[in-house]
Amino acid sequence: MTDATSGVGTSQPPRKASLLELDARTKKRNAAEARFRTYGLVAVCAGLVALVVLMGSIVNNGAGAFSQTFVTLQVELPADRLDKSGNRNPDEMRAVSTFGYSPLIAAAVVRSLEENGISIEGLSAKDAGGIISKEAPAQLRNFVLANPQTLDTTREFTFLANGRIDGYYKGRVTFASAEVDKNVSPAQLQLADALLEIGVLESKFNTLFFTAPDASGQRPEAAGLGVAIIGSLYMMLIVLALALPIGVAASIYLEEFAPKNRLTDLIEVNIANLAAVPSIVFGILGLAIFINFAGLPQSAPIVGGLVLTLMTLPTIIIATRASLKSVPPSIRQAALGIGASKMQSVFHHVLPLAAPGILTGTIIGLAQALGETAPLLLIGMVAFVREFPAGPPQGFFDPASALPVQVYNWTQRSDPAFVERASGAIIVLLVFLILMNAIAVLLRRRFERRW
Amino acid sequence: MNDMRFTERNVDSTEIKIRAKNVDVFYGETHAIKGVDVDIPEKTVTAFIGPSGCGKSTFLRCLNRMNDTIDTCRVTGDIKLDDEDIYDKRVDPVQLRAKVGMVFQKPNPFPKSIYDNVAYGPRIHGLAGNKAELDQIVEKSLRRAALWGEVKDRLDAPGTGLSGGQQQRLCIARAVATEPEVLLMDEPCSALDPIATAQVEELIDELRARYSVVIVTHSMQQAARVSQKTAFFHLGELVEFGETGAIFTKPEDPRTESYITGRIG
Ligand SMILES: Nc1ncnc2c1ncn2[C@@H]1O[C@H](COP(=O)(O)OP(=O)(O)OP(=O)(O)O)[C@@H](O)[C@H]1O
Ligand SMILES: [Mg+2]
Repeated sequence: MTDATSGVGTSQPPRKASLLELDARTKKRNAAEARFRTYGLVAVCAGLVALVVLMGSIVNNGAGAFSQTFVTLQVELPADRLDKSGNRNPDEMRAVSTFGYSPLIAAAVVRSLEENGISIEGLSAKDAGGIISKEAPAQLRNFVLANPQTLDTTREFTFLANGRIDGYYKGRVTFASAEVDKNVSPAQLQLADALLEIGVLESKFNTLFFTAPDASGQRPEAAGLGVAIIGSLYMMLIVLALALPIGVAASIYLEEFAPKNRLTDLIEVNIANLAAVPSIVFGILGLAIFINFAGLPQSAPIVGGLVLTLMTLPTIIIATRASLKSVPPSIRQAALGIGASKMQSVFHHVLPLAAPGILTGTIIGLAQALGETAPLLLIGMVAFVREFPAGPPQGFFDPASALPVQVYNWTQRSDPAFVERASGAIIVLLVFLILMNAIAVLLRRRFERRW
Repeated sequence: MNDMRFTERNVDSTEIKIRAKNVDVFYGETHAIKGVDVDIPEKTVTAFIGPSGCGKSTFLRCLNRMNDTIDTCRVTGDIKLDDEDIYDKRVDPVQLRAKVGMVFQKPNPFPKSIYDNVAYGPRIHGLAGNKAELDQIVEKSLRRAALWGEVKDRLDAPGTGLSGGQQQRLCIARAVATEPEVLLMDEPCSALDPIATAQVEELIDELRARYSVVIVTHSMQQAARVSQKTAFFHLGELVEFGETGAIFTKPEDPRTESYITGRIG
């Protein structure tokens, strides 16, 4: 001890260093800090670039889904072909299938050409009708069956253009590709251009993308997200209605009331593990329990909602417990100290303070559930569903689709127009997620301002 | 002076409010309180003094069963409030705590408005029939805690926005608003300036007219000023308990003497 002090004291008098020049150690420290900052910056930039590329490609691919080419035509509705018995009875008129309606549409196209004095070489009447979506005859038939009195009149209809024609205006189809494409001919493209010039054909915002149900592989232009949005909405309602109360009640019990013993430790570990279980396992569980054992219908939002609830519960419980833990114990003591019961102390004081955290956890859980695909594939929500489910609560048991599954579904189809649809659906999904997160942020601000 | 003697006589004539016999407290394996017997009289201020960690707060928390909220804590022995065992199975600690209020060592206002802080107790115990009555209780409690003048214009402001000393007085107002029969105060003045301390001491003296007050303090002067009875704790044991004057002038135990004169602690 004395040696050390005397050694320092006598051998070297403290060196007088200038503050204006850095010593070696400081330089080294500063260099290390600068290096670390650079790494950090590079990492952030890499992340940003990846995000921008991803978003860019999705928007680039998917923006087209929000506009669509429509053709407006005057269609004659001859009674002798559509209502052979002449009774205007929709049940009898059903005998005429969509094949009976498609010539009417083709004729309408030809007539509009003639009226405007356009002639295109090598274009048959059937080809002229081919620029209209295969969905159009069904649309026409539904209209006529619903309004039999309109027979023998000429009405204006706005039909979807065929997917290839639509693709021509989105750059997917060219004259060169049309040469070798058996679904579209160069003459049809010429026809479309001519119709565009006279204003019969136009591109508009595509509300059908949000409201229409899915369509078969031959008619990508008609495919929409209607059923998927409703299915996802139903499932979110179920998840919210089940996971939030169950999760919050379980967390409050575990955090505030349960005795701390082996059993509660075990439960805690299990909940943490449950959060890490791959989602597809929940799908198998749902298939085994809800469909095979409980006999709930396949493809139904109720089953999807239950499975997603199971999946979301651990997330909500963990977030809720964390935010309950972060409430200072002195608040609980203060409440107990003036004679509040445990329950009053929790509900009057602890829970309001924990609410922002609980809300954030819940919305993050919901957002996860909204984007979840794998478990839904297993319980049959991947089915092709064109029927809209009924209103809740019966609708929970009707077959439906879901947004992420619809994306998956569309990427499986061969027609390139579905790539655009899938990307469009991803954009819709992302917008929903951003909205949910914005709501979470807003609610949190709201709650935090209270104290 | 005359007044002083009057209150001292008053002490002797009143009955015992809390009677603790052979109380032991364990935190897991730690033996924090060892066989303590204390009789806390009615309408008196009793001071608990002793070095840090000797178990003053622990014993105080036994008196309103706040120790129940600590998982590892185990209390044995016999504590009676008005001759009723407060650790009896039939006693609901919630009901007990409404009678035996507490002010904590660290100020802990609710993160709500000043008004709501004070009104919370009366609300949950149904002490006010209507809004006007509640307003009255809030004002009276804040006045008694010597805080009314400072906050009367901002009752809607958050209680957590007050200064440390104001927060502590808010906690005192909150505790007296429920009209407890016994008020336990754990170093209520440790965060206060001399003026606020004097105001709180005045309040304590005033409360004595109706309640029994138990105050933990590290300030000998404060104990001497406000209390009629003093208990000296050391390492979990009750070393000496008696009239404040007697403890401070002629302590019986050498440990008490060394603590008071500043040799241990
Ligand atoms: N929650 C707890 N868990 C475990 N041990 C505790 C707990 N609270 C207090 N103790 C222990 O009990 C003993 C007495 O503590 P207590 O808080 O009663 O002391 P105190 O006299 O109030 O001290 P101070 O004057 O510093 O507030 C100490 O040894 C302390 O470590
Ligand atoms: Mg203490």
